[in-house]
Amino acid sequence: MRSGWPTQLAQVILVLALAPLLTGVTRKVRARLLRRRGASVLQPYRDLLKLIRKEVVVAENASWLFRAAPYVIFATTWVAAALVPTFATGLPLGAAADLIVIVALLGTARFMLALAGLDVGTSFGGIGSSREMMFATLAEPAMLMAVFTLSLFAGSTELSSISAFMLGPRAGLSISLALALVALIIVAIGENARIPVDNPATHLELTMVHEAMILEYSGRHLAVIEAAAFVKLLLYLSLIACVFVPWGTAVAGAGLFRYALGLGLYVGKLALLGFLLSVFETAIAKMRVFRVPDFLGVALMLGLLGTMLLFVSRAPH
Amino acid sequence: MTPLDSDIAHLLAGSMVLVSFLLLYQDRMFALLNFFAVHACVLAFSVGWQAYLQRAPHLFITALIALLFKGVIIPVALHRIVVRLGIHRTIEAVVSTGPTMLIGIGLVALSIVVMLPVTQTEGAFVREDLAFALSVVLLGFLMMITRRNAVSQVIGFMSLENGLVLAASGARGMPLVVEISVGFSILIAFLVVGIFLFRIRERFDTVDLQALDMSRGESSGEAA
Repeated sequence: MRSGWPTQLAQVILVLALAPLLTGVTRKVRARLLRRRGASVLQPYRDLLKLIRKEVVVAENASWLFRAAPYVIFATTWVAAALVPTFATGLPLGAAADLIVIVALLGTARFMLALAGLDVGTSFGGIGSSREMMFATLAEPAMLMAVFTLSLFAGSTELSSISAFMLGPRAGLSISLALALVALIIVAIGENARIPVDNPATHLELTMVHEAMILEYSGRHLAVIEAAAFVKLLLYLSLIACVFVPWGTAVAGAGLFRYALGLGLYVGKLALLGFLLSVFETAIAKMRVFRVPDFLGVALMLGLLGTMLLFVSRAPH
Repeated sequence: MTPLDSDIAHLLAGSMVLVSFLLLYQDRMFALLNFFAVHACVLAFSVGWQAYLQRAPHLFITALIALLFKGVIIPVALHRIVVRLGIHRTIEAVVSTGPTMLIGIGLVALSIVVMLPVTQTEGAFVREDLAFALSVVLLGFLMMITRRNAVSQVIGFMSLENGLVLAASGARGMPLVVEISVGFSILIAFLVVGIFLFRIRERFDTVDLQALDMSRGESSGEAA
């Protein structure tokens, strides 16, 4: 397993380097679909740089929590993203931390974000936090149900094994997998504050959720939170790519060419998923906030159904 | 039968259950009708795949009936009825969507628990199909119970019937005569229900079936 460490290190850097680009691409595609020209795909990098250089303004009654939260959020999200095999499987960290750990890390990040939203005591932050928690009560179990379906199907909660299983001959077509995929997509849309649930491009609107919680942040704190949001989107798309389209991912100990191929294919998959996300966002209208629990409830239901149907198809023959 | 073949059959039968849930979730009239058409189309594909797997040509006819009658004619006719009745705005459910879905999940679990031990001697393939079919039937019942509107109850009834056809196609051996007669009886039931809808509306100015309860209460009051 010693050969895994360079891959792991490359991946840790890769997810951070690619994440703003992915967001830039989805924004660009969305703008083009709306017949706008749109900002350059590199704009998120520039935004981050600009924010880092700017002065931090903190509310008078903000506690230490307010200052610490962005870094915790960023760190947990980054670690979670580094655990998902992107272009190569067999990561040394992956053996220590499985899918459930990823869900737990994301849950920690969400917890901190909600606390930070409440800390300053503004009404917007409070609304954002309470809504985020309302969605989380459905999104998190839905994610876990999808994870259980995958784990039962592949016989492991570890992502490299699941990915390898999907490539193997025993995977086949299964309704449970399809249900898990749809559930995961719904959760991904909800968790990343994409359009039917939340509008990522809005400010000062009564319907916003994610933006409401980070309204008080500025300067490098905001930069770190934004970067965490970019990484989170990349994480979900990588997760979907890793489990449902694992073809071309390099296995541990493969040649350099396979690694290059895996990397190229991974970037291609991300671009495709980002493109599909933008198309979906353009085609659909934003929901009322009180419809969102229904939407996420569907994900939970699909995850549950997937797990149950798995017992039918995997019943002792 | 290769694993892929049975996987596809399983996928199609499972999709029937999924579309049944989507039917339960819809709260707009036209969306409900469209999803019913999808339900029938998935049924047609499922039966057609069974026909191909079992080398049973008569099942192709069943699939064709499902596609033509339930996939096209009945949805289009219901569409027109809904427009003429002027009820294309809302559906009021007796139980709201969330609990309905949960009950639905419970019903699926129930049908799995019931079917798997009962059909122990059958092949794995038939067992799965029967478990799915029973789920679709139970979800159809649930739909008829939770909806108040007469048209959505008709949809529930039709989706229930789709479940029966799914069961029959998996169990290798419903004769074609039975198949066709069931198909036609459904069509006739549909016609009768269609006429009744208009009669109900004429009499009560609504297709909300709670009006019937009220009417029953009145008549018993008069008799007393």
